[in-house]
Amino acid sequence: MIIGLGHYLAVAAILFTLGIFGIFLNRKNVIIILMSIELILLAVNINLVAFSAFLGDIVGQVYALIVLTVAAAEASIGLAILVAYFRNRGSIAVEDVNLMKG
Amino acid sequence: MILQAIFFYLFAGVCIGSAIMVIAARNPVHSVLFLILAFVNAAGLFVLLGAEFLAMILIVVYVGAVAVLFLFVVMMLDVDFAELRHGVLNYLPIGATVGIILLIELIFGVIGWAIAPSPTKTIAAPIAPDVSNTQALGLVLYTRYVYFFEAAGVILLVAMVGAIVLTLYHKPDAKRQSISRQVARRRSGAIDIVKVKPGQGLP
Repeated sequence: MIIGLGHYLAVAAILFTLGIFGIFLNRKNVIIILMSIELILLAVNINLVAFSAFLGDIVGQVYALIVLTVAAAEASIGLAILVAYFRNRGSIAVEDVNLMKG
Repeated sequence: MILQAIFFYLFAGVCIGSAIMVIAARNPVHSVLFLILAFVNAAGLFVLLGAEFLAMILIVVYVGAVAVLFLFVVMMLDVDFAELRHGVLNYLPIGATVGIILLIELIFGVIGWAIAPSPTKTIAAPIAPDVSNTQALGLVLYTRYVYFFEAAGVILLVAMVGAIVLTLYHKPDAKRQSISRQVARRRSGAIDIVKVKPGQGLP
């Protein structure tokens, strides 16, 4: 029972799909959408680290580090926007985000 | 080898199960806690792959910072989450359709694709065999990829400044210290000398 590259890619694919599915399923709740985006970025990280390990190339882990940084920055900015928006409107429902009448 | 397979299936199964619970839980606090579980198990997968440093960073950054930030925001905002849950099943068919199509495409992509038998010529920075993972990562991160590293630092700085600017809020009626007014204050503007005759009060 050898665990190969395909096993890790399958786990990452399932996590990615669950993230996309979560965005569709919870499209009223911004917090769950942000968590789904975190799941998608985690799937990307698993892919990068799996390729790095099985090809013997450390650069994949460097990229995973950059993705981790961007994910942390994205989460903090997203939650800050959420808090500022809640302070103004008293709601975080996605369909209430229509101040600009785009 | 059998032990590695057992731990792989344990970590992968718990990771996927908790990812399902992240998007299916009714209470967002439970969602955040399942997200923490998913990240811890992904860190276990990283350890199995030999990326110990990234596993540690995943636990420190995600479980220690991002998940706690999520938890803080979920608990701070006074939102009726049951009302937000309402009508979730309306989006189930289209979400399931898109998700299943995407999963089938990804599986076809994984199946119908193979690594060339000797890709050693295209490897940018091979993993040194006799150093630890942290040392190997540091050897390339601070030399060849130092611009990536500094860009990551700039991204984090911008994110920090942006989050502070977005959430800092001065109440207009709160009394605050004004240092420039304090420094600019002079004796003539602060003290008024009044001659008061004995036996009379001030008007």
